[in-house]
Formats: sequence, structure tokens, C-alpha cells
Amino acid sequence: MTATVTPASTQRAALLDRLTRAGERGVLRFITCGSVDDGKSTLIGRLLYDSKMLFEDQIRILEKDSRVHGTAGENEIDFALLLDGLEAEREQGITIDVAYRFFNTEKRKFIVADTPGHEQYTRNMATGASTADLAIILVDARRGVLTQTRRHTYIADMMGIRHAVVAINKMDLVSHSRARFHEIVSDYLRVAEELGFDTITPIPISARYGDNIFTRSANMAWHDGPTLMEHLESVETDAAEAADHAFRMPVQWVNRPNLDFRGFAGSIAGGRIAPGDEIVAAQSGKTARVARIVTADGDLDHAEAGQSVTLVLDREIDISRGDMLADAKARPDVSDQFAAEILWMAEEEMLPGRTYLLKAGGQVTPVSVTTLKHKLNVNTFEREPGVSLQLNEIGVCNLSTSRAIAFDPYAELRETGAFILIDRFTQQTVAAGMIAFSLRRASNVHAHAMDVTKGRRAELKGQRPAVLWFTGLSGAGKSTIANLVEQKLAAIGRHTYSLDGDNIRHGLNRDLGFTDVDRVENVRRIGEVARLFVDAGIIVTCSFISPFRAERMMVRELMEPGEFIEVFVDAPLELCMQRDPKGLYRKAQAGEIKNFTGFDSPYEAPQTPELHLKTADMTADAAAEEVIEQLIRRGMIG
Amino acid sequence: MSDIATQIRSYAARFAAPRPRTRALSPHLAALEAESIHIMREVAAEFERPVMLYSIGKDSTVMLHLAMKAFRPARPPFPLLHIDSLWEFRAMGAFRDALAEALGLQIIVWVNEEGRARQIDPFVHGSALHTQVMRTDGLLQALSAGRYDAAFGGGRRDEEKSRAKERIFSFRDARHVWDPRNQRPELWRTFNTRIRQGESIRVFPLSNWTELDIWQYILEDSIPIVPLYFAGERPVVERDGTLIMVDDGRMTLAPGETAQMRKVRFRTLGCYPLTGAVESDAGTLEDIVLEMLTARTSERAGRLIDFDEAGSMEKKKREGYF
Repeated sequence: MTATVTPASTQRAALLDRLTRAGERGVLRFITCGSVDDGKSTLIGRLLYDSKMLFEDQIRILEKDSRVHGTAGENEIDFALLLDGLEAEREQGITIDVAYRFFNTEKRKFIVADTPGHEQYTRNMATGASTADLAIILVDARRGVLTQTRRHTYIADMMGIRHAVVAINKMDLVSHSRARFHEIVSDYLRVAEELGFDTITPIPISARYGDNIFTRSANMAWHDGPTLMEHLESVETDAAEAADHAFRMPVQWVNRPNLDFRGFAGSIAGGRIAPGDEIVAAQSGKTARVARIVTADGDLDHAEAGQSVTLVLDREIDISRGDMLADAKARPDVSDQFAAEILWMAEEEMLPGRTYLLKAGGQVTPVSVTTLKHKLNVNTFEREPGVSLQLNEIGVCNLSTSRAIAFDPYAELRETGAFILIDRFTQQTVAAGMIAFSLRRASNVHAHAMDVTKGRRAELKGQRPAVLWFTGLSGAGKSTIANLVEQKLAAIGRHTYSLDGDNIRHGLNRDLGFTDVDRVENVRRIGEVARLFVDAGIIVTCSFISPFRAERMMVRELMEPGEFIEVFVDAPLELCMQRDPKGLYRKAQAGEIKNFTGFDSPYEAPQTPELHLKTADMTADAAAEEVIEQLIRRGMIG
Repeated sequence: MSDIATQIRSYAARFAAPRPRTRALSPHLAALEAESIHIMREVAAEFERPVMLYSIGKDSTVMLHLAMKAFRPARPPFPLLHIDSLWEFRAMGAFRDALAEALGLQIIVWVNEEGRARQIDPFVHGSALHTQVMRTDGLLQALSAGRYDAAFGGGRRDEEKSRAKERIFSFRDARHVWDPRNQRPELWRTFNTRIRQGESIRVFPLSNWTELDIWQYILEDSIPIVPLYFAGERPVVERDGTLIMVDDGRMTLAPGETAQMRKVRFRTLGCYPLTGAVESDAGTLEDIVLEMLTARTSERAGRLIDFDEAGSMEKKKREGYF
């Protein structure tokens, strides 16, 4: 047990003064990038130790751990052990995720994101970088600028970090050589010259011995720049720069406790606001003036970027979560088509055409990548062609959202130019996106209003249009059943059309093969064609293997609720192989066809189809009857 | 206690009629406050059944304070939940009830009835079993019973190594399990709040606060806390180098052991048999902050449950502990 003592009153004033000054420069967030061997964890450990953030019991545990797991010398503290949080990682001797550390000096509070240097964990570095004001790029003085240095530099720049520190570490192992330092600095500046940092600050350090971290190194008196800490204490933060942008506040939550109060709660992402200022709800274009800035500490006469407030407007306009309030005279882009850089963070590849969920501020909307323009190689900074993005790959893409969103280019304001993509089945975050520019103004695109409507066309035919989507393995009986359904509908005077491999693959989609990317595009086009037929008032049957849930869901969402009827034509693979109506399984077995569904390409069965037909136990005609009954039950036909 | 009751009432009054600050918050505290408020509003907007864990300690009380600020003039749009281990300091229960009443908030007090029936006693059964049954199991029961899809906790990343890696929005599967190797990437302030039926998210709005930030904020924003945080003459017994306060008659003294009155305070609060006191003269918030500035022992050192091995908190967290 350690007793603590209240300091004597003479010290009180000095300490309290130190405390109130501690936060005067606010919070600086930074990341450290480097590999396990560059001494990254040692540097952070050193910062915590020298800023006196470690407690006696933590030092005791550290000393004990250093003996068990440490790689430093006998009786030396291995600072790196402070950082490796999770048990398994400690045993492997590597850090695998993003960890956050805190320390403060007399001037500033610091939040450090410790991110790993391993290639497969690009996403972790991007995560740490997304909120950082500054990046410390560690270079081992013996090894100089490496491929990974380029990679870290590129990602830091892509994530919008404006200030880079090149910390050339282990100077003690190169005899504190000034020439070596300058050699590495000029190599580095060649790497970074085409990127967009506001400042690049090279500092020669030794994390292990503390040289040029908090105190100026006697070994490197030739260094005339700042120490690491001098620089960290003085650099400008992102929040300060965001205040100079035009006003932006994404609405998080509408505060309506009673009929007398209606306020819009949010965090100010950019600029400043005061009562009387005119704002616009970006998506609707409706304007109003700010009447009050409400906080729990009373109303404010102004507020700026970084503050969480509640705005009351002078008139009622329709605003809800996801809307962006903005300076009426400097509005953000509002568009459903834009170009963006995307960092893919999931094991399952990104496929153009597939629908994901996009989340930007409070805005959530389905989205798809319409074009992958090119991939970016983070090691060489070169553009490379590609059809899909794998884990940790970066691509420049065009995206199309279901609803227009409000945004600013990421390079101008990170908070309103950033988005994430979410997989709709696993709910995982699969990508980080940075918007580059709008491809068009949604407000300029007006749908041409037709006088003869979908409803009118359907009415003339005495039916409600629908898509009967038959999915299942090859040989399950999709086309056979669809054909019978069409015959039965024709017999009762209904207007139909059938889409299947024969009339689609040989014409509209003859440029597509059977890779995953092409399968997605195949189904997307079929969906669009089906939508046109539905618009014409027709009941359309579609018979396609359509192996992926995501694409079937995409087609479903193209239609109005109730129009899409998924029919799972379900037969065991063995039975399908036995039937083999087109001889395709034989060819697949012989290796003549690649990517054959059920054979060497997956089939994702529907989880909740409108109709599940088990064709092993029923005739095709009985199956077709069930489909007709389904149409009657749903009021599609009388 | 009348003193603290008065203090709590006048504290509650400021949310009914807010007054402008006479002195601005320190810039770094203002930034932390704004971030926490942002997080809480995201939860209120995106989840159907959020709940806020309220443990009565200083961090929880700061979290509740931030919630009062985030939604004013509305009340926080979620209930509070206290997992009562039946072994907390008596002063904590009194504080909880007075605060909830003054703020007009609903507080759900959950006890693991199975544990109560088994008469789980930390003195008899040890800290590990007591914590598992009364805290972890009790928490999981309460979360399942309430079908909560989001639960706020007052954890800070500076508390302990495994917390430093946890996300602000931390995913839990249908069995409430945390998988540290499969966490969702968390970028900017864009939180992925999507979950499937039965899954949930633990939300840590104080992730980026340090212990010193918490104390400085309590000082600068005048937040009432349980009086046990302040030094006072209290009956304590020294066991294995730790000072344990004799808070009620359930603590039986070993032969030769006697309770001594010593001037002590607590840096964390929880179950009294598991919470060590420190000798201190810090009678005011200023004293406490000053003591913090010169303290050389981290606060978890007062929590007996962390002492078994370095990785113990991570194990508990994977099992569902906050």
C-alpha cells in the first residue's frame, strides 16, 4: 500500500497553475508508424515515461514483464511492453491492432494511436490516422527509407494528415552521424514531394536513450530543429483549421422534449455559427436563420468547429437526422454520384455493382461502386488497373447512392468528406472512403415525368406487374417451371415475359464471363431489364442461377415493395448432377468449365424466399401451380 | 449525508435553469466533453433500446452528467441500470437514490437473485467468484432481460492495457462475448451501429478521458460525487497490505484483528471488501486533484480483482464484464 501526501500549501498554487495550463493548447492526436523493429513501441513507452505518466505500480509490473517477455538487455526496462495490450500479441511479440495511449505535458494533452507496421494491417493504420492531426513516421537510421516508409507516408497523406514528422531513430547505432541523417532526410523528401503534407519535420532521435525526445541531445548538437516534444506542443490541430471552413453541422438528433422546443443537435464539423446567421438544410435547400445556440451551460453567442450544440431555428423547416445544416452562402455538394478513394478492409473482395450501405455522418443509404477507375499501389504510388479490391487495397472509384447525400471534398473537410461502407449481410465495416469530387449535381437531373404511368399500363392489362425470380443450381428445374408458369398465365390472358440465360447471355450480356465480378454485373443488368418490364406492366419470370444473396437483394430493391417474388428452386446437387440437362456438370467434372456453381463456385441459398420449391419431391407442374397460387394470394392476378 | 443530499439537489437545479459559465472549461476538457456528447447522441439516434450502466463511481457519475448535458432540455432518452452486487459501500446506495430522484431519472437496480440465494460472500468465496456471479453474470442477465441493444459503460482506455485497444462502439455477439481479434475498424467519428437480432454494442463515451481528466472535470464543472472519495476518519483493517473499510456487520474480524480509525479515502469505489483505501488528507476536490498530480500509484492498484495476473482484465472482458 502506498500512502499519498497532500503537498504543502506553498506548492499548491504552482501545481494548480500547472494543471490549468496543461490543457491550454487543447488535444493533439497523432499516430506513430513504423515496423516492430523501428522502435515504435519503445518511442511511445519513452513518451509516457518521460512525461511522468507512469505510476509506481505500472513501473513495477513493467519491470517484472521485462524480465519475462522483454527483449531489452539485463535489468533494462523494455518500454515496448507497455504498449502490447493483449495476451496473445504479447506472446507473439507483435502489436496487431490499434491501441490508444494518453499523456500530457504542461502545454497539451496528447492521444497517441499506436498502429502496427505489418502489411496486412493497413486498415489499422488508416483507422488510427483517420482522427490524427499528425503522423510520426519512424525510420531506422541503419536501414533508411524502406518500402514500408513509403506505404506509411502514403496512407497518412491519403487519410488527410497535414503534418508529418520523420523521426530518424536509433541514431545511437549510427554514431549520431549528421551525414547519415541528412542522407535519409533527402531520400525521404523525394518520397513525400508529390504528396500533400503542410509540414514535414525531420528529427534525429534515440527512443531508447531519450535523445531529442524531451531533451535536446548532447550527442547531436548539430541538430538545429526542434525536439520531438517541442514540435508536438506547437503544431496546429485539425480542429483549429476546420473552424476556418464554411459552417457545417450534420444533424445527429432532433431534440423535441415538448411542443415548445424543437432543436437540432449535432457537432459542428466546420466553421462558426452565431444567432442570426442564415443556414440551409443542404439536401432540401430550405433556409432559415439561427435563433439560439442551446447548451447545458446556457445559450451561446457563437460556436465553432469541434463543439457539440443544439441549434434552434427561427422558422419551422423539415429537418431530421442525416440532414446537413450549412452556410447558406457556401453550400456543400449534394449528389448521388461522386468519385472517392476507397480503402477495402474486409476479407471478402469489393465487387463493382454490388450494393453496400454507405454511412456518412448520420446519412445512411444503399450504394454501389459503378466504376473502379484504377487501384493505387501504396508502395510505388503508381496506378494499376483492377476489376475488384482485395483486403487492404486502395482504389479510386465512382460511386452511386440511392439517395443524394451532402458532402464536401475530403481534402477540404475530413468530417464531411468521409464515409464508411457496411456489408449488408455481415454488418461489418468493409471500407473507408474519402470523397474526391461530385460527378454531377443531383439537383440538375430531373426525371422526365411520363404521362402514361406504370399504374396506367398495368391497369390496361388488368394485372399487377411482378418479378418472379427463380434461383437455384443448374438443373434444379428453374427454366422448366418458369416455362410452365408462363404457359398457365398466358392461358388466363396475362401478359408475361421470360428472361433466362438463352436470351440474355447471348445478347445483352455476351461480353460477360463467369468470374465473380462478371456474375455481379450480369445480375445487375438483368435486374435493370426486369425493372423496365415491370414498369411496362408485365409479369416477368427470371430464371438465373444468381448464386449471391447480395445481388438478389439488389434486384429486390430495384422494385417496389411486394413486386419481387423470390422462388427458391431447391434440388440436391447430386440430383442436379444426375439430371444434367445441358451436360454442364460433366464438363465441369472434366475440367472443361471453370467457376461452375455448386461445383467449384459457391451458391448462397436464399434465407427467406417468398416461395421454396423442393423439386426432388414434386412434379414441375405442381411447382408451377404453387407459383400461380402465390400470385393469386398476393393479388397480382385475379 | 444531509450535506451531500443538499449538494445533489442544487446540482439538479442547474439542468432546469442553466446559467452561463463564469469560467470557461479547460480547452482539452471542452474537447473531451464535446466528443462524449457526440457519442451519446449517436446512440440515442441509432439504437432502439439503449441503457446506461451506472455504477455510482466517479466515472459513471461524469458519464451521467454528460448525458444530462447532451440531451438538455430533454432528459436522457434511456434508463440507467445499476448492477447491485449487494456488497457495495452503503454510502453508494444512498448517493444513487438521491441523485436519481433529484434528476428525475429512471434507475433499474438489478441483483443476480441466484447469487443472492447462494449467499455469495467475497470474504468466504473470494473475489473472483463474487465478481463473476454478482457482477458479470448479473450484468448479462440484466442486459438480456431488458433486451438492450446498446449499453453505455464508463470505461476509459487509460485504465488498463486491454481497454486501450477496445473500440468506442464495441461489438458483442448474441452471447455478449467480445472478440478482441475481430473488432470493427472505427474511423473518424463514423460509428457502425448496425447489429443483428440479439447482438449488441457496448459504448464507451469516456474512452479518451484519463483519470486526471475526470478529476479535473469534476472540479471545473462542479459535479457531486460519493463522499467516500474524500478523506475522512473511517474504521479500517489492514489485510495483506491493503486497507479494507469495515462498512457493515458482515465483515468478521480474524482473531487479533481490530478495526482502527484512520484518515482514508478511496480512489475507486465498488464492493467494500474488494476496494482498498489509501491514507490521505485530501478533503476537497482541489486536494484530490493535487494529490493526483503527485500520486505514484495507478487507481486500479486499489482493485483487488486485477491482481491475479496481467491478462486478467482481458479475460473478464471477453466473458462479458465491462
